Amino acid sequence: MSNGPIIETRELRKIYRVGKVDVPALRGVDLIVQAGEFLSIVGPSGSGKSTLFHIIGGLTPPTSGLVRVAGQDLASMTDAGRTRMRKRSVGFVFQKFNLLPNLTARHNIAVARFIAGNTGPLDGQFEEVLRLLGVAERLDHKPAALSGGEQQRIAIARAIVNHPAILLADEPTGNLDSENSKAVLEVLRGLNERLGQTILMITHNPEAAAYGHRTVNMRDGQIIW
Amino acid sequence: MTGRLILENIKHRPMRSLLSVMLMGVPVTLILALVGLTQGLLQDSQRRQQNTGADIIIRASTASGVVNFSGAPIPEKVVAKIEEQPHVKLAVGVLNHSIDPPLVVTGVDLPRFDRMSGGFVYKRGGPFKRPGDMLIDEAYAAQTHKTVGDTVTLLNHDWRVTGVIEAGKLARIAVQLSVLQDLDAATGHVGQIYVKVDDPANIDTVVQELNALETGYKINTLEEYVAMYTPSRISGVKEFTVVIMVIGVVIGFCVVCLSMYMSVLQRTREIGILKSLGATKGFILTIIEAEAMLLGVGGTVLGIVMSFGACWLVRTLVPASIPMIVVQSWWPTAGLITLLGAGLGALYPGLNAARQDPIEALSYE
Repeated sequence: MSNGPIIETRELRKIYRVGKVDVPALRGVDLIVQAGEFLSIVGPSGSGKSTLFHIIGGLTPPTSGLVRVAGQDLASMTDAGRTRMRKRSVGFVFQKFNLLPNLTARHNIAVARFIAGNTGPLDGQFEEVLRLLGVAERLDHKPAALSGGEQQRIAIARAIVNHPAILLADEPTGNLDSENSKAVLEVLRGLNERLGQTILMITHNPEAAAYGHRTVNMRDGQIIW
Repeated sequence: MTGRLILENIKHRPMRSLLSVMLMGVPVTLILALVGLTQGLLQDSQRRQQNTGADIIIRASTASGVVNFSGAPIPEKVVAKIEEQPHVKLAVGVLNHSIDPPLVVTGVDLPRFDRMSGGFVYKRGGPFKRPGDMLIDEAYAAQTHKTVGDTVTLLNHDWRVTGVIEAGKLARIAVQLSVLQDLDAATGHVGQIYVKVDDPANIDTVVQELNALETGYKINTLEEYVAMYTPSRISGVKEFTVVIMVIGVVIGFCVVCLSMYMSVLQRTREIGILKSLGATKGFILTIIEAEAMLLGVGGTVLGIVMSFGACWLVRTLVPASIPMIVVQSWWPTAGLITLLGAGLGALYPGLNAARQDPIEALSYE
């Protein structure tokens, strides 16, 4: 783990308006994640962990408060600014894998590189990552021809292909059996340990959370410990 | 990579893509069929005039359009008077009677016309000999399934086909001039006069001399007359073509708008994925527009192919009435019209897709 916060939130609040009713999703979240840290966030449904995930990932702006990711102040960013930030600074891994169904695994990864403006050949380190993920032989298959575990590992490969500052994983084992869950979690831990990849993982599963360096627990839009 | 995304999207939903291409091809076919029909009619008429062997044509002062379907306002004695003019080698008066536009029966003095044009080329049979005889060209023979010896009922009169002539000279249906004059109650009158001069160098001189007679008739060199056979000179054709082109744009717009709107709905989650990867609004709009354009190109190609089919069908069913052709020079125009419709049609769904909230899009089931 290296020094210096890569994610920092202070008094972070997010209020969704549903009809004429304001629904607070985050009620002043203070969080610091160090570069190279593997942090697990646990909490029940509606605790605000997904909202926190979306704000840190630049998918939605906060209502108020400070949020800095890799030195960038997301609270003051425009939509276009957050889009630029997502290209290079953040990689997402979702519960439902979210691979583009029309493209092969290789092209799913290539799309992420293309959008980020990388069009050259894959670097040697990433080839090594693909071997580490165990998907090097499955790159020319479309998602429908891959198992859930393989799809999630391709999604991880896609998330880190542009060497993002942080990897955000939202219930990455939620759709996997225990064997594949373990494999995916081992991969995440391996990326963290070998490459120093900062990882922020949301999970319901205490066993999965245990793969992180530390765990924070959220409830009612706040971090409770 | 953008190209692959677009191609894979099109391949991923083949039925939607095929239907879109087919629907976009329809206005292309409509436009090309209309243009092919108009230009086919004009080219056919031009060719039949050019092959008369005449150098000058004289029409009545009341002739308003280019194609004179009916009427016999010129006294036949004018033919003889014109023939007396210097440098005039031969003058032939003809009479046209419209039967089923654009088809006309042409009354002609066959020996004189043969001298001027070199004669009809007979595919079957030969010239008419009796007043009730008729010549028909190959196209009319094919359309009506008539041949030498058959009876054709036209102008409330039964005619015997004595010859099937090669198409492309003066008339599709020819009868004796005197017989048609009697039937039309136009004895001693003709509709137009073809004039052959002794030397092409004297054509302009003869035109000037004929104009000097102050007959009031319209006198043109055949070259001038044939040049008048353009769609713009035929009343309404230009406007009709514009209307069909506008319909083409509207159909293309509606088809693409509906197709891409459905496609964007189906791909909501995929759009969310692209946005989570950092795709800009411009990128999303570009892939939607480019996909529509590609479908438009497919529609244009299919529309062109279908226009060949339409042309074949028309020329098989009514080769004499509608000598349709395929006008290649209109392919780019038809293509641009389709692409314009496709581009406009994809704009709304494309902007919708570009504006989608990534979180909502990612949670779309």
